[in-house]
Amino acid sequence: MTRYTISVFTENFIGILNRITIIFTRRGINIDGLTASESREDGIYRITIVVTTSEEQVIQLTKQLEKIIDVIKAFYYVDDQVVHQEIALYKIPIQSLNPGLEKVIRQFNAHIIAAEQEFVVIELSGHKEDTQALLEILKEFNILEFARSGRVAVAKPMETLEKYLK
Amino acid sequence: MKDTKIRGAEIVVKTLVAENASVIFGYPGGAIMPVYDALYDYCDQLEHVLTRHEQGAIHAAQGYARVSGKVGVCIATSGPGATNLITGLADAMIDSTPLVCITGQVASHLLGTDAFQETDVVGLSMPGTKWNIQVRKPEDIAPAIAKGFHIARSGRPGPVLIDITKDAQTALHEFNYVPCLNIRSYKPYHKVNPEDIKSAAELIDQAERPYLLFGQGIVLGQAEKELKAFLDKSGIPAACTLLGSGALSQEHPLYVGKLGMHGNYASNLLTNQCDVLIAVGMRFDDRVTGDLKRYAKQAKVIHLELDAAEINKNVRCAVSVQGDCKESLQLLTESIQPKKHLAWLERFRELEQMEKNEVVGNDLLPTKLGLTMGEVIRYINEFKADDAILVTDVGQHQMIAWRYFDYKNTRTQVTSGGLGTMGFALPAALGAQMHDYKKQVICVVGDGGIQMTIQELGTIMQTQAPVKVVLLNNNYLGMVRQWQQMFFEKRYSFTELNNPDFIKIADAYGFKASKVTLRQELRDSVAEMLMHNGPYFLEVVVEKEDNVFPMIATGCSVEEVRLS
Ligand SMILES: Cc1ncc(C[n+]2csc(CCOP(=O)(O)OP(=O)(O)O)c2C)c(N)n1
Ligand SMILES: [Mg+2]
Repeated sequence: MTRYTISVFTENFIGILNRITIIFTRRGINIDGLTASESREDGIYRITIVVTTSEEQVIQLTKQLEKIIDVIKAFYYVDDQVVHQEIALYKIPIQSLNPGLEKVIRQFNAHIIAAEQEFVVIELSGHKEDTQALLEILKEFNILEFARSGRVAVAKPMETLEKYLK
Repeated sequence: MKDTKIRGAEIVVKTLVAENASVIFGYPGGAIMPVYDALYDYCDQLEHVLTRHEQGAIHAAQGYARVSGKVGVCIATSGPGATNLITGLADAMIDSTPLVCITGQVASHLLGTDAFQETDVVGLSMPGTKWNIQVRKPEDIAPAIAKGFHIARSGRPGPVLIDITKDAQTALHEFNYVPCLNIRSYKPYHKVNPEDIKSAAELIDQAERPYLLFGQGIVLGQAEKELKAFLDKSGIPAACTLLGSGALSQEHPLYVGKLGMHGNYASNLLTNQCDVLIAVGMRFDDRVTGDLKRYAKQAKVIHLELDAAEINKNVRCAVSVQGDCKESLQLLTESIQPKKHLAWLERFRELEQMEKNEVVGNDLLPTKLGLTMGEVIRYINEFKADDAILVTDVGQHQMIAWRYFDYKNTRTQVTSGGLGTMGFALPAALGAQMHDYKKQVICVVGDGGIQMTIQELGTIMQTQAPVKVVLLNNNYLGMVRQWQQMFFEKRYSFTELNNPDFIKIADAYGFKASKVTLRQELRDSVAEMLMHNGPYFLEVVVEKEDNVFPMIATGCSVEEVRLS
């Protein structure tokens, strides 16, 4: 079992996300993370899906994804082949704001992006391991809320989408 | 300036006509009524067949598509009308049948409010369609239908569903039909790579015991001639899948039988003795391969296939040739050396003889009292036209009819292969017949399956489509009973049927009908049926507890195919 990042380039078509997830649920494959955004090309969407599975399975998944009419192209990568990032937000009660916390924030290169009467919000971007490590520490600071995005990723291989757009 | 705007509903009908649809199948209801109203003015251009159930409509459209090679069209209303299409969609999806299904939907302002007869049919049908869409504006109707036809019939065909809200059907717009020829995100064809052809040809030239398996891809790709030319030059024995039957005449000297659970003895067994296995337009279904871990492990596999997702899905191949098999077979024929494989072919003939001695004889020329399904098919062969179409339901009769029907022409086999949908045959036969009244359409159906869509006798009555219905009545859900006998210690749990008087039913529907229980009546009755001009209903009471052999039991390997 390996962690794969699948980048799916699609037309902006209602229901496309549904069609994509059906391919995973039908095969009993858990989606570890999913993000959707625009791509460089106008009108083309980029869906990034993280799954942990075998290479055989990820090849089959990619082919099945490409069978969807509104999917232009699907690529899969192992972690080494992508530059990827996730963003995490941590809501901490104002009472926990002490020198200890400040040290942690510096260590992780995290930022306080909002401060309200009762709480502050810390932001950290990084790999899941990093944001998870910070979460574990912040549990000691009575963390109130935590949210983490799915993975966004760009590929290292220089193959471009253009050749599939004719 | 003259106002050229027409209602969305009329756009639906005009687009169907523009897409060359000539017969459509359907059932009306509230949300699709504007389309039905528009149809009323187009009866001279578009023949609509009113079935008795929406499942009947979609199976009829499938039957029509399978024999004609055209896109089958069916129409239904929202809610229950639309959900009744689901089985047919799943069936068409797995058997790659081109369909365009049009469903009515509640008015767009009611969407998501649980309005009367509102069902999320786009959501429901998503995994069972090649593509689907909801249309809420009249200007989007023609483009959506045009796109639907293009998707349904191109590449690996499949069903599409277009859900049209009622307000889109009633609103006015210009008729702006333009055929859809290209979709940026959809590349249905793949140019054959000459390198792949070279590698495949090398393997074939070196092979001592090559073996070719062909499926429905030959029919869908219209590659029957190319297949024959390849075989004639290569001298390679060839066997077919259930849906590939008919793509090569069974009289061809290299034809060696049928594959799968109830296929032929030689063709299954020798899969594990060939050295090169060439699979063309087939997808290595588990009913064909048996236990994959023990399937053709000794062979180098060459897979000629259009759908990339089928390549290396079940069986790893040494060489894959992605593309249209019409093109790849032709290129391959040019690249190989002419050869004969007579000794190898002889192996097939020897094992074939064993099957004849142990199975076929008893099936076709039984000495026991009860009638067999096989002898019914034998008489059908005696009197049928060369290009007669065989439509079967699902069960023992399906396997027996397939085993013994004398396939001579392509597109003469209509059955539910991948899904195994009981109730398919009767409406599919009607649909097949609607394409051409001059063709003989023989519908072989079981006593269980016919009762799943028996109401379509009414549609046959109304259209007077000259379908020949052959009911093989064993008073059992025979195929399940066979499994109970073989694998569940004869515990016949809920498989015996208390059947109605089928002849009375056929009679009530105005069919010419007859029932055969004795061997001496069988031949004449079959002959009479096939000579008859209109619809005909023949019930044959057959042996209750006959089994279908050969058989590869679930989990067994192809070489463990049993003769008894
Ligand atoms: C809709 C549906 N339900 C259940 C089955 C399972 N099934 C397969 S064959 C069969 C028995 C069919 O009986 P019958 O139509 O009498 O044909 P026979 O096998 O007796 O020839 C059943 C129940 C099925 N294939 N389709
Ligand atoms: Mg039966």
